[in-house]
Amino acid sequence: MSVSFLISQAKSVQKVIDENSAEIEVLDQKIGDGDHIFNIQRGLKLVVELEDSIKNLPLAKALNMIAMKVLSGIGGSSGALFGTFFMTMAKSPDLDKDVDFNKACEMIISGIKAMKERGKADVGEKTMMDVLIPVSEKLNELKNESEFKSGLNEVIKIAEERMLSTKDMLATKGRASFLGERAKGHIDPGARSSQLIIDTICKSVINN
Amino acid sequence: MKKFINNNDDFLKESLTGFGKAHSDIINVNLDPSFVSRKNKTKDGKVSLISGGGSGHEPMHGGFVGHGMLDAACPGFVFSAPTPDQMQAAAEHVDSGAGVLFIVKNYSGDIMNFQMGAEMYSGKNDSIVTNDDVAVEDSTFTTGRRGVAATVLVEKIVGSLAEHGGSLEECKKLGEKVNKNAGTMGVAFTSCTVPAAGKPTFDIGDDEMEFGVGIHGEPGRKREKIQASKTIVGNILEAILDNLKPEKNEKNLLFVNGMGGTPLTELYLVYEDACQILQSKGFQVTKSLVGNYCTSLEMQGASITLLKCDDEILKHWDSPVHTAAMRWGM
Repeated sequence: MSVSFLISQAKSVQKVIDENSAEIEVLDQKIGDGDHIFNIQRGLKLVVELEDSIKNLPLAKALNMIAMKVLSGIGGSSGALFGTFFMTMAKSPDLDKDVDFNKACEMIISGIKAMKERGKADVGEKTMMDVLIPVSEKLNELKNESEFKSGLNEVIKIAEERMLSTKDMLATKGRASFLGERAKGHIDPGARSSQLIIDTICKSVINN
Repeated sequence: MKKFINNNDDFLKESLTGFGKAHSDIINVNLDPSFVSRKNKTKDGKVSLISGGGSGHEPMHGGFVGHGMLDAACPGFVFSAPTPDQMQAAAEHVDSGAGVLFIVKNYSGDIMNFQMGAEMYSGKNDSIVTNDDVAVEDSTFTTGRRGVAATVLVEKIVGSLAEHGGSLEECKKLGEKVNKNAGTMGVAFTSCTVPAAGKPTFDIGDDEMEFGVGIHGEPGRKREKIQASKTIVGNILEAILDNLKPEKNEKNLLFVNGMGGTPLTELYLVYEDACQILQSKGFQVTKSLVGNYCTSLEMQGASITLLKCDDEILKHWDSPVHTAAMRWGM
């Protein structure tokens, strides 16, 4: 993981999220209040715009700037959760040394753990954590493998399955929780956007 | 979408700037990070009250900054929680040393961002969470009930106690009492349109209403055919009374709140219906508030809040207030 990797991933994710924005917006209007897609798009735009100010910075500093940008520029649940994710990654030890696959996995795992604590949501509550927690568990299994590319295909699969599984869940956290039974039958918009992010990044790592 | 708008990115900034100019005798507007604060510095020893939340509910919360109510308000984007740096900057700006009480409506995003703001602020602070919406079933396993119109009453009543020298602990205690004593339920006839979305949040037929709607256009208990006002008001009150269980000899404040698109003419009619129904059931209506205080952009509809009042609540309700949206006694 490097600063240039983060920037290029942010650009790819931005493209994929923009392509799927109409779908996510509709999902959120069905069970939320419709702000999720705008928050995610605004956040990605802000991070991509940071390129010139972070491209020559050490990784820890760049991650911290991304965290502060996300935290102060997005708002809503997404801002707090993704801000917490990047802030936690920025605090990882030894970021001045080479960050290999194992180290990158550990950073992501600790970031997702911090999101879980911030949002107080676990698997089965119809939120983005339904995708992120199983992905983090799979990365924990994979992190010491030298041949991790086939494992990343499994990560992609897990993210997709878990995203789809939110469809039949009752929501107990977030805006959708106010709907009771009426939230059933719709995929959680946060689970969908998280799955698209994971899908994009994994594919890009596999293809490089 | 038909709205007064120049471009989406500047929507909030332009509105806030106009708000600042229109009420420059009472408040200041700070941008980057955005917060509204009183024109005059908080007096030494007075607890500072800070609220905030997504924009689109005006006059809540910026319209309640001023003597007898809030010290600062942090507006987020339309229907999106404000960010921690706003709360931190507002707290640093207004705290006079007696501490800061954050008043937060119960939504996941607001809770998380206010928590982070509170963690980032080094001064003494505490929070209360409002959750007066009886349309949503409460449970320890869920996010719980939504915070809606009673937040206005909490801000007024706790604001008065802070003005009278109440400590941070006393302010928190009174705020929690007001929240516990209040129940709200709303109904919508039309959807609202978030400027960034450009189209209505939900579809609703010309002859339909959303019973138990939230203040962001979130669905409520059920979709029904529209009925006579007396029937709608009766159903809302039944849900509130069922939840609040007031005593017959208790004093109550009746608050009819417009969602933004319903004229005052209709809100007063709703007030009349509600008074008649409550009195026919033997309940007292002692205090009133009618108007657009906690809105959902241009949504047509109204919410009714009932607040059970003891002497402490009544005293702080009546005490002077001078804000952009609420003014009496001075």
